Amino acid sequence: MMKKKNRYLWIDIIAVVASIIIFIVPFYFIFLNSIKDRREAGLMNLTLPTTIHFENYLEVLSTQKFMLIRAFCNSVLITAGSIVLLILVCSLGGYVLQRITGKLTGAVNFVILVGLMLPPAILPTIWVMNGLGIYRTLFGIILVEVALNIPFTTMLFRGYAASIPREIEEAAYVDGCGPWRMFVQIIFPLFIPVTATVTVLSSVNIFNDFVNPLYFLPGGKNPTVQLTLYNFMGRYDSAWHLLFANVVLITIPPLILFIFFNRKIVSGITAGAVKG
Amino acid sequence: MKSKIYNPWFLAPLVLVYAALFLIPMIISFFFSMTIWTLTEFRFVGLYNFKTFFSEYSLRIGVKNTLLYAALTCGFKAIFGLALAVLLTSPMKTKNLIRSILFFPNLVSTIAVGMIFSSMMHPSRGLFNSLLGALGIAGPDWLGNASLALFSVIAVDVWKGVGVATVIYVAGLMAIPETYYEAASIDGAGGFQRFRMITLPLVQSSINTVIVLAFIGGIRTFDLIWTMTKGGPGFATDTMASIIYKQYAYGFYGLSTAGNVIMFLLIAAIVFPLYRFLISLEVDV
Repeated sequence: MMKKKNRYLWIDIIAVVASIIIFIVPFYFIFLNSIKDRREAGLMNLTLPTTIHFENYLEVLSTQKFMLIRAFCNSVLITAGSIVLLILVCSLGGYVLQRITGKLTGAVNFVILVGLMLPPAILPTIWVMNGLGIYRTLFGIILVEVALNIPFTTMLFRGYAASIPREIEEAAYVDGCGPWRMFVQIIFPLFIPVTATVTVLSSVNIFNDFVNPLYFLPGGKNPTVQLTLYNFMGRYDSAWHLLFANVVLITIPPLILFIFFNRKIVSGITAGAVKG
Repeated sequence: MKSKIYNPWFLAPLVLVYAALFLIPMIISFFFSMTIWTLTEFRFVGLYNFKTFFSEYSLRIGVKNTLLYAALTCGFKAIFGLALAVLLTSPMKTKNLIRSILFFPNLVSTIAVGMIFSSMMHPSRGLFNSLLGALGIAGPDWLGNASLALFSVIAVDVWKGVGVATVIYVAGLMAIPETYYEAASIDGAGGFQRFRMITLPLVQSSINTVIVLAFIGGIRTFDLIWTMTKGGPGFATDTMASIIYKQYAYGFYGLSTAGNVIMFLLIAAIVFPLYRFLISLEVDV
């Protein structure tokens, strides 16, 4: 017995050391170099800085007329807008898809499954957005994020709806409750756990998205934080201290979410994945 | 009674947004892939774009790279993830901490991860080669060497994505009743036998999920490639998605859309049969 305990102690120690070296050192490296001066950061090593330069962060924020701050506002707006719409659209849709079984819902289920697998057709999407007058607009990118997140989110809501007993609705119906009131007052409150999962998962996804803003929100006027970092990479490839500071700054929002909602994120991924 | 409780119109907003910005573009992409196209005007050219795609080396190589990328990232995530998940469901004390650490890179944007590793893979000053140099080994040019670059990016992708695979496996492993293992132990099964005869078959549905997710993700990969190598050196790391972007940037919209269609067909031709095969491996408990 004693031997076995000892063995697990060793496994613990080795696993912690290995995961720190493999997964923590890269982030430590970035943070360390983000507070060095230009020359020391350019050496790109793990030695402690001789002088600490937190003003790098201010410099990154203020460069190009506070571009990064505007990008933060855009990214937060896109993320929040997409999530509100996504929850609205998918909670209604997922609920009905679970409750009604018929040809229509079967067809919708099928095309949603297709969306889980196939990537978007990019240029035709731009063509449609152009036609609707929403290309290169924040509203346009919000709608695109919603459309592309619909498959996964609808699946989560549909799966969760199965756990809500129909007897509740039947009783409410007998008492004279219509479908809309039923949804708003009875079903949606019961959806809160899955809504929380969706909020956490999708906000990380959408905030970190690079590809969709690159295609659907091009031009320097309305950058997102990911586009700003990408553009910095091209422009300041010798100013590593600023690049590293930028990475640290745009990683803070997901980091906060992670600290508070670690469990939620993990349970959401497994729920979605297992049902998929 | 049903129709009065459930209102089918609840589906309308979902169908509207999804159709307008995903389904319709997908369907018309088949048409525009057969045109020379400027977004405002088009000229029908039949299969010309597809011929161009497969006759030019710089485009064709994207298909090969994409398949290699998808197969390798998927394989490594599936194997490492399972090994890590088995470890993290053992009676370790620090398993929750390690699960969190392992999962963290997933929350960092791919652009940032690409940047971090590009700097660490810098040929002369990067952390990797400095460490190798300290050991007296001349490190390679991780991203500048044409025969190595794709594998460097693949390694970073696995580093970032193995956490998700692990989480999915851990959920699957925890659902296996402990009594199965106890019964097997009483019958005299060793550790490897228990893994082979109990764990592996019962975790098959998680394996399937990981493989399908990772494979689709691999075929669609773009941001990591684009931030780390931009498809270079030469075309050594170009994938379908980076070619689609390049053709778009050059203004070849019809060709770019043809790339998109080829990507659809590739996924359909591989993932659907793969999924069927994987499902057939699952056992009923």
